Amino acid sequence: MSPAPLLEATRLTKHFALRRGLLGRRTDIVRAVDSISFTIEAGQTLGLVGESGCGKTTTSRMILRVEPPTSGDIRFEGAPLAALDREGLRHYRRSVQAVFQDPYASLDPRMRVAAIVGEPLVIGQRPTGTELRRRVRELLDLVGLPERAGRLFPHEFSGGQRQRIAIARALALSPKLVVLDEPVSALDVSIRAQILNLLHDLQRRLGISYLFIAHDLAAVAHMSHTIAVMYLGRIVEMGAAAEVALRAKHPYTQALFSAALPLDPGGRSEEIILSGEIPSPLTPPPGCRFHTRCSHVMDRCRRDEPPLHTESGRLVACHLYPQATA
Amino acid sequence: MSAAVIDVRNLKTHIVTRWGTIKAVDDVSFTVAPGETLGLVGESGSGKSMTCLSILRLVPRPAARIVGGAVILDGEDLLGKSEREMQRIRGRRVAMILQDPMSSLNPVFSVGMQVREPLAGYHGLSGRALRSRAVDLLASVGISSPESRLAAFPHQLSGGMRQRVVGAMAIAAPPRLLIADEPTTSLDLTIQAQYLRLLEELQERYRLAMIFVTHNLGIVAKMCDRVAVMYAGRIVEAGPVEEIFRAPLHPYTRALLESVPRLGESAEWLTAIEGQPPDLAVLPRGCAFAPRCPRVMDRCRAEEPPELAIAPGHSTRCWLHAPA
Repeated sequence: MSPAPLLEATRLTKHFALRRGLLGRRTDIVRAVDSISFTIEAGQTLGLVGESGCGKTTTSRMILRVEPPTSGDIRFEGAPLAALDREGLRHYRRSVQAVFQDPYASLDPRMRVAAIVGEPLVIGQRPTGTELRRRVRELLDLVGLPERAGRLFPHEFSGGQRQRIAIARALALSPKLVVLDEPVSALDVSIRAQILNLLHDLQRRLGISYLFIAHDLAAVAHMSHTIAVMYLGRIVEMGAAAEVALRAKHPYTQALFSAALPLDPGGRSEEIILSGEIPSPLTPPPGCRFHTRCSHVMDRCRRDEPPLHTESGRLVACHLYPQATA
Repeated sequence: MSAAVIDVRNLKTHIVTRWGTIKAVDDVSFTVAPGETLGLVGESGSGKSMTCLSILRLVPRPAARIVGGAVILDGEDLLGKSEREMQRIRGRRVAMILQDPMSSLNPVFSVGMQVREPLAGYHGLSGRALRSRAVDLLASVGISSPESRLAAFPHQLSGGMRQRVVGAMAIAAPPRLLIADEPTTSLDLTIQAQYLRLLEELQERYRLAMIFVTHNLGIVAKMCDRVAVMYAGRIVEAGPVEEIFRAPLHPYTRALLESVPRLGESAEWLTAIEGQPPDLAVLPRGCAFAPRCPRVMDRCRAEEPPELAIAPGHSTRCWLHAPA
């Protein structure tokens, strides 16, 4: 058998309570993430896609332990996070780092780059001055920045270079998993390929895993080994990246990837345009949450929520694909 | 081929800053015919939005100034018009849709009031006729139960719905030229697909000339007939979409097309464009793309390449294509 995955989420759920009405007496529940399960293997990338309100950022925040799950659990290297002691949690926090969308907001403008990149080391390992300088130089080199970059301030860099600084900082503690939340969408088009190549190269050299969140589906397909498609807090399809991107089974995945426009002026034919809007996660539709916009909707979809089950080598939650009776 | 709705000739817009004068729009020329869509592509700072604002004479003054060229709308040069005349042209003959619908809509007025305003102004409608035109207009941009939406405020609508309201206001006249500046960037993918379809329908119905500003090459492939690629304030290549996507002439266009990941292609590495976007305050001598160009020659660093017509309607500014 294969060893335990690096990270395993089981029936992960996050509900937010909203106080509404007079004096906040009525409480509504937003089911931001509703019982999702997935694994991230060592050295691999899980791509998380879906539209606003689907719960992908909430999922990443639970993994980063910014947001405690309402229920369900996360296991890291086989150990449940809920059972970790102080030392175990410190180890987890060092092992899981993040790079965010906007490198203009995520770097302190008053700190020099060497201090930004070295900060996690100073907090985590208390190295000597020489050690720290050596490691910072290594990290800058790793992300393709010259040594003298360490003496400058963030405003002296362009967006793409700032994102390199943010990546160097994320790598400082030699993490095993890096959460990439829209890492290139704030960058100029001509710079995006540089950063995607850098991330890919780092994964190969360091064996790190990524949780890659982005709305650019071609970029997600390019970077990921596995793709999970979320809709209103649920995973509706999950499987090998090429399968999900090119031979999608769930009608939502099909529509989503058909809306990612190809760079082909001739290929305008097989576009699927969904009607209607994304429902509010406050009041998700009964049955299949996608049934209000689905062109294949059947009576059953309005009533029963389809479970995620195996279909053509991936997991799909859709009544179009009857579950083989066990 | 009918006469162009808009004919921009050698347009130059400069911005005066502490660091010197920036040529935000530098000798830009193009035309758009009725029913035709021109894609204006480029990175932030390439001058695509400033070109559009120059057409409407809405450049941020006093720092930015239109210093040369002509903007000819149906035979009249807009650069010679008084501010009063321009006010009658904006919205009525040239309308614009911006990226963020919340910045185009007034949060304290209902949708109905905002949609009625241009209708009353352009067509002198009032009372019941005005209300029924407003309802028709909202229905024509795909807003369901438009009567009940008239009383809604912008914050009560989703992003996609708000952008539809902006679209309704833009076609109230209807205009001759519609400028769409990244109109779907703030929308979700499936909502973007709906909105692009709507723009196509509106364009067909009113035979609008359209300028579509975007950095998304997939949208250009889907929506545009011709495309102009901008770099550092200049159009470096312009031509029919099919031709440019099949056989790009300028190394920047080629690099842009190659650097974008494509669905279904499992190349391990993307072809990245080296270097950083240009700093407009300190542009190099010669071609602005030369420092990043994989095919740079000595001449590129010395002389700025002129606009070279390669095929009918297809031109580029690159020494590679200069006759020997």
